[in-house]
Amino acid sequence: MLRQLHGLPGLLAALMLAVLAITGAILALAPVMDRAAAVIPADGEVSVAELAGRVVNHYPGTEQIVRGASGEVIVYYYRDGQPGADLVNPMTGDRVAPYEPSPFFIWVKDLHRSFLLDDAGRMLAGTIAAVMVLLCISGILLLVRRSGGWKALLKPFTGSGGKRIHAELARFAVLGLLLSALTGSYMSAQRFGLLPEPVETGPAFPAEVSGGQPVPVATLSALMSVELGDLRELVFPYPDDPQDVYSLTTREGTGFVDQATGELLKYQPRSEGSALKQWVVSLHTGEGLWWLGLILGAAALTVPVLAVTGICIWWQRRRSPGLRPNNADVAQADTIILVGSEGNTTWGFARELHATLNKAGFQVHCSEMNALADQYPQASTLLVLTSTYGDGDAPASAQRFMARLEGFEGEKTLKYAVLGFGDRQFPNFCQFALYVDAALDKKGLARLHPIERINRCNASQFSEWGERLSEHMGVPFMLTYDPLPPATVTLELVERADYGLAVQAPTSILRFKVAGARQGWWSRFLSRKGAFPLFEAGDLLGVMPPNGEAARFYSLASSASDGILEICVRKQTDGLCSGYLYGLKPGDCINGFIRHNPEFRPAVGSHPIILIGAGAGIGPLAGFIRRNTARNPMYLYWGGRNAQSDFLYQPELGSYLNDHRLTGLNTAFSQSDEHAYVQDKLRQDQVAVRRMVDAGAQILVCGGRDMAVGVRQAIEDILKPLSTDVESLRAEGRYLEDVY
Amino acid sequence: MKKTLLAMGLAFGLTTALTMPAFAQAREVTFTTELRNYAGDGAYLALYLADANGRYQGTLWVAGGKSKYYKHLSGWARGSGLNAAEYDGLTGASLASGRTMKITLNLDDALIDSGYEIRIDTAVEDMRDHRADIAVPLTSEGSGQPQAGRGYIQSFQYDL
Repeated sequence: MLRQLHGLPGLLAALMLAVLAITGAILALAPVMDRAAAVIPADGEVSVAELAGRVVNHYPGTEQIVRGASGEVIVYYYRDGQPGADLVNPMTGDRVAPYEPSPFFIWVKDLHRSFLLDDAGRMLAGTIAAVMVLLCISGILLLVRRSGGWKALLKPFTGSGGKRIHAELARFAVLGLLLSALTGSYMSAQRFGLLPEPVETGPAFPAEVSGGQPVPVATLSALMSVELGDLRELVFPYPDDPQDVYSLTTREGTGFVDQATGELLKYQPRSEGSALKQWVVSLHTGEGLWWLGLILGAAALTVPVLAVTGICIWWQRRRSPGLRPNNADVAQADTIILVGSEGNTTWGFARELHATLNKAGFQVHCSEMNALADQYPQASTLLVLTSTYGDGDAPASAQRFMARLEGFEGEKTLKYAVLGFGDRQFPNFCQFALYVDAALDKKGLARLHPIERINRCNASQFSEWGERLSEHMGVPFMLTYDPLPPATVTLELVERADYGLAVQAPTSILRFKVAGARQGWWSRFLSRKGAFPLFEAGDLLGVMPPNGEAARFYSLASSASDGILEICVRKQTDGLCSGYLYGLKPGDCINGFIRHNPEFRPAVGSHPIILIGAGAGIGPLAGFIRRNTARNPMYLYWGGRNAQSDFLYQPELGSYLNDHRLTGLNTAFSQSDEHAYVQDKLRQDQVAVRRMVDAGAQILVCGGRDMAVGVRQAIEDILKPLSTDVESLRAEGRYLEDVY
Repeated sequence: MKKTLLAMGLAFGLTTALTMPAFAQAREVTFTTELRNYAGDGAYLALYLADANGRYQGTLWVAGGKSKYYKHLSGWARGSGLNAAEYDGLTGASLASGRTMKITLNLDDALIDSGYEIRIDTAVEDMRDHRADIAVPLTSEGSGQPQAGRGYIQSFQYDL
C-alpha cells in the first residue's frame, strides 16, 4: 500500500516534478545574487529618513523606495517624464546599477509556479507540490522499512544500482524537498482559498491630513525613527498634491506619514497571519535566507535523478512476469507454484521450475502469492518461491498472501515446500520465507521438503534444491537456471602460479586477459566487445563449465584497472569447474562474465581494515591490498597448510608490506609444527583486534564456510569485553563475509 | 474585450459626487488601452475619473482579479478608499503584456468638457507601480487621440 502510494503519484508527476525542481534550483540563486549586489550598512546606521533624503538629492523625481528581502535598495523614479529604476547605495544615495529584473528569472519563475499557464498552471503546480509532500513522507517511511528502522537511516545502505542511487539521494535531500514542498503547497492552498489568507489591505487612507507646507523628507520624524533594516517600502506623495501622504511599510506594519508634520497616521501593525505567510515565503524562496535557498536548490537538483531512477525501479517491478501459455487451470492442477517477488528476479526461477515440471508431466499452475486460491482441489504439491522485502516484510506480489491464507482450505493431502531467496549479508536472511513456512505448517499442511534459502540467486543452490525436489516427487528432472543470462567474454589464460600440490591442496592463481583484445586506449571506443567489462577486486567471475551446467563463481583478485583478470582457484576433489580451470594451460581460453558484488568491499576512509581468509579465499583480499595505494591501515590474517607449499601470494605480500600497502601480516599453517588455524592467530592477537574494532575497524572474511564459522566464533569471543558483537558490526556494514 | 455597462450603474455612482440631475443624457464611450511589451506578469489597471486637481471622482474599470493587490494602484486606492461598493461590477481580468483592452461604458454627457480627466494607475507583480500612468482630460477634442503613458501603457485613447 505504502509502495503504491509512493510509486503511482511519483510516476504521474515525475516530469512535472522535474520541471519544478530544476526551475526551483535556478531560482534559488536569485537571493544569493541579490545579496551579492546589495550594499548593506550596519544595524542602526541609517534611518529611513536619512536614506530618503540622500535618495531625493540624487533622484528628485523619486516615487518609491523599496528595500528587498536581501537588503538591496531600489529607487523608482521619473526623470523628464521617463520612468526609471536604480539600485542605490543606502550610504550615499548614489546609483550602484540600473535595476532591471532579469527577464530570464521572470520566465523561470513563471515556469516554476504556473508552467506558463496562469491560474490553471498554478493550480497544477500546487497539486504537484502536494504530491511531493506525499512522496517525501511515503518515501521516508519506505526508507525506514527498507533499512530496518529509524536508526538504520543514518548507516550506509546496502543494495546496488538504481535502487541504491534512489535511496542514497533521497536520504540526502528529503528534508529539503519536504520543506520546499510543504511551503509550496501552503502558498498554493492559500492562494486558492483552501487555507485562510491573511487580509493585507492595510489601513485606510487618512481622511484628514494637515495640508501644510511639505518639509524635506529627511526631517520627517516618523521616518527618522525607522531603521533601514526594517524598511519594506516607502511610497512618496504625488508631486504638488498637499493632500497626499507618504505610505510607509515596515517589517512590523503599515502606516502613512504626513508630508508637513512628519506625523505617523493610521499605523496598523502587521497581522500574525501575514507575518507567518512572509516566513513561509522566505522558507520557500530563500529570500533573505540565501544560504537556505542554496541548500534547498541543491536538494531540488536530486529530483530529476530520483524521477528517472524511480521510474526504472517501477518498470523493473512492473515488467510482466510473462507466464507460459501452458499454465494449468486452478481446478485441474496437481502442482501449484506460488511466487513472491519484488523486482521479478524470483519469477525467473519460477518460470524454469514451471517449465521443467511441465516437461516432467505435471499439471502445473503458477501464480503470484497474492492470487492464492481458496482451494486447489486436485493439487498434491504446493511450492512457494519467495523473496523478502526489508527486514521480513512481504515482497510486492505476496503482500496479501498472509491475509488470504486465513481463508485457505488446503486438503490434508497437500504437501508443501518453501524456497526463500535473499542475501546472506542482510540480517534476517529470507525472513519472510521463514514466516510463510511456519504459517503453512500452522495451517496443518505437511512439509514435502524443509525450507531452503537461496543466497544471491545462486544457480547451483537452485539446481541442488531441484535434485531433492525431484526425489520427493518421484520423477527425475533437473533444474538449471541462471537468473542473469550474462554477456560472456572470452578470456585467455596468460599466466599461472601453482601452489599446494605437496599438501593435497592444489591451488592456482590464474591470470587472464580478454582474448583478441586490441591494444590501445581507442579500442574501448571502437567496440565494447573484446574490452574488459568494468570490475573490482571482490566482484565475481562467472565461469561456464564445459558440460553446459550452471555457472560457478570465483572471487576476483584484481580490478579492471590492473589490466588483468586474476582469480585464485583451489582444485576440489571431483570439482567439475575447478578441475576444468585447474587444467588450463597458458593460451587456453574460457568463457566468463562478471557479476558485481559491491557489498564485499573495504570501506572508504582511514579506519583500520582487518582482512581474514584461508586458502584460496585470499584472492579478493590480495586484490584489496593491491588497490590500497592510499596506504590505509590494513591487516591480513591468513591460514594455509604449509609455508613451503601453499603460501599463496607470498612474494606479492612481501612487496606490499615493504611499500606499506599492507600494514601487518599474520599467517597460520595447519600442517606445520605450530598446527595453527587463522582463528588461533586472531585469539593470540585479541588485544590488538579489539583495539582496532573499538577504533572503528571493518572486518572482511573470505573463505570456506567452516572457516567462516570458526572466525565468527573467535571474533565473537574477542568482542565480549566490548559492548558490541558480530551481529551489530554486520548491521553497520563492518563485518562482511564472502563465503563459499 | 468589450463590456457595456448599464447607464444606471455608473451614472448613479457619479451623481452622488457631482450632484447631477438623474435624468441626464448618457453617451457610449469606448476606452482603448494597449500595453507595452514588458517582461512580466499581467498588469493590474484602474481606470478612474478625477477632477482637474486629480481628486478621485469615480471608478470606470478595474482590471485584475485579486483585490489584495489593489493597494498597489495607489492613486485610485486612495481615492476610492478601496471600498468595494466603488468598483462593484466594474472589474475584469488583468491585462497581459502587449495586449489591448477595449471597454465601452455609458457616460453622462455632463462629464465631458467639464474639466474632468481620465486616469489610469497600473501595477505589475514584482515590478514598479505607476500612479497616473496616464492622465488625460475628458474633452470632445481629445476623442480619438492616442496618448502614450509613462509606465506600462503604450497608448490610450477614448472614443466618444
